[in-house]
Amino acid sequence: MTNLKIGDKAIPFNLTGVDGKNHSLAEYSGKNAVAVIFSCNHCPYVRAWEDRMVQIQADYDMKGVQLIAINANDASKYPDDSFEKMKERASEKHFNFPYVHDKSQQIARAYGAERTPEVFLFDKTGTLRYHGVIDDNYDDQTGVKVKFLRDALDAILSGKAPITTETKPVGCTIKWK
Amino acid sequence: MEIRFLYSDQCPSHDEAIERLRKVLDEEGINAKIEVIRVETFEDAKRFRYPGSPTILINGHDVDPVPNHEYAPTCRAYRLEDGRISPLPSVSIIRKAVHAAKGES
Repeated sequence: MTNLKIGDKAIPFNLTGVDGKNHSLAEYSGKNAVAVIFSCNHCPYVRAWEDRMVQIQADYDMKGVQLIAINANDASKYPDDSFEKMKERASEKHFNFPYVHDKSQQIARAYGAERTPEVFLFDKTGTLRYHGVIDDNYDDQTGVKVKFLRDALDAILSGKAPITTETKPVGCTIKWK
Repeated sequence: MEIRFLYSDQCPSHDEAIERLRKVLDEEGINAKIEVIRVETFEDAKRFRYPGSPTILINGHDVDPVPNHEYAPTCRAYRLEDGRISPLPSVSIIRKAVHAAKGES
């Protein structure tokens, strides 16, 4: 169960990204919306959705939207989720958003994230406006009927409340230490 | 035909995967018992040579063999015929394995 409820403020973080730089939530305070997505390398659900994450960042970049992917999985048990492998994945998939490492798992625990991928979407005031899945069809992009994250972004950007504020995250469990 | 279905609770794809397996077996006219095994520890994953959930073994053969895979209680990625990555084996992957097993039995 997530620790954040719709309407709660974002929990700040400062984590190292695959670009070698630290990325804090405060860095994106001027954005119109920030989607914090708990993610990883090995999970097939993430792998099924990650091209869509890249496309969302591309489509909404000029509208002041920032995606940030956080990997909190225990790499000692799941070596595919190591920081080195994160760098490889980001390069291979041309990630156009920060992919940062929550090695201590403190941020994932603070957010109460449970799955990968799991989206926490904040508006420009840092208020949680949507939590859940990216869309309703991990298996087939052409079969998507409801684009939850895009719909929530469109609502936020037009100053409205998203119609759907919560969906049940679908994916692999976060691999805790 | 000996069929084993291995899964981990932490991966949500197993219900749909076993449905697909049952559908293929039904369509192929195979009345075989499916042995369902839950794998939740690294020890069991190694013991069963289990690359992730769901894993389907037909006569001991993986429906989609993965060489040099690590054994872990997590979700497993399948590469579908069109190149997509999926947490589920497609019906055609399962069917192909069933046909191969029919040929050998």
